[in-house]
Amino acid sequence: MDIIRALQQEQLRTDLPDLNVGDTVRVYVKIKEGNRERIQMFEGTIIRKKHGGIQETFTVRRVSYGVGVERTFPVHSPNIDRIEVVRKGKVRRAKLYYLRNRVGKSAKVKEKI
Amino acid sequence: MKKAILGRKIGMTQLFDEEGKLIPVTVIEAGPCTVVQKKTVENDGYSAVQVGFINKEERKVNKPEKGHFDKAKVSYKRYLKELKLENADQLNVGDEIKVDIFTAGEKVDVSGISKGKGFAGAIKRWGSHRGPMAHGSGYHRGAGSMGAATDPGKVFKGKKLPGHLGATKVTIQNLVVVRADAERNLLLVKGSVPGPKGGLLVIRNAVKG
Repeated sequence: MDIIRALQQEQLRTDLPDLNVGDTVRVYVKIKEGNRERIQMFEGTIIRKKHGGIQETFTVRRVSYGVGVERTFPVHSPNIDRIEVVRKGKVRRAKLYYLRNRVGKSAKVKEKI
Repeated sequence: MKKAILGRKIGMTQLFDEEGKLIPVTVIEAGPCTVVQKKTVENDGYSAVQVGFINKEERKVNKPEKGHFDKAKVSYKRYLKELKLENADQLNVGDEIKVDIFTAGEKVDVSGISKGKGFAGAIKRWGSHRGPMAHGSGYHRGAGSMGAATDPGKVFKGKKLPGHLGATKVTIQNLVVVRADAERNLLLVKGSVPGPKGGLLVIRNAVKG
């Protein structure tokens, strides 16, 4: 069991900022096109975090051209170039699924000061 | 077989590959295996090596075993297995087989004793379908038709019936080696392997690879 833990420990990333549900983040993702690599940015609110250790993921939601878009990233994926926390959010839930049913001003998360 | 090693299943985990995909891997503690006995064409009619894996305490070794290990001048081993290696002639008693015989990307076949399931019904053992659970069906997990009526008037041979399942030797072919760590004697293969954690495995080069 310890061997497995050690193997997972080697893969964990320590260079990323603390991510919390409700935070507004910019995720810079590496995208491979043939043999060229470019970086794409995805900005939105973290609506959930799931699992732990190497399997940990987080889901970012944004509304783009009036359509809700959610992307789930593995936290420790080597395809994530970097993450910027734009704004810390103040929330009372672990999963912000209620944002899906809201639009406009009510779909906002209060800022943590 | 070209190359083979004994191993012990440690468990499963996930790793990121070069493309950033999370892939399932089984961690195997493979080797080092010590050659305990050499079988030769002159002596035994075929060539092979008998290897031992995992040390065990002296007080757990019985007299015949002790004599066998002492003759080879190797430490006492828990498992002994004969491997019909192609290069068996070049190996000598006391030589070690290490995990560095395998490299990442290579395909291997892994054999082990599968987990015992005890006396299992036809659904679990053969994957047959279940009857309706409600609406007065009264037929839920049975084995199916038993010989019909006068014609054919018997149960055909090979009819899939309940019985003992598992605890047999199972080989999984063409598993890809993700990593072979000679320092820690670890072999990581993509996918699952038969048996419980701690179970003995034989890892060979793929026959159909």
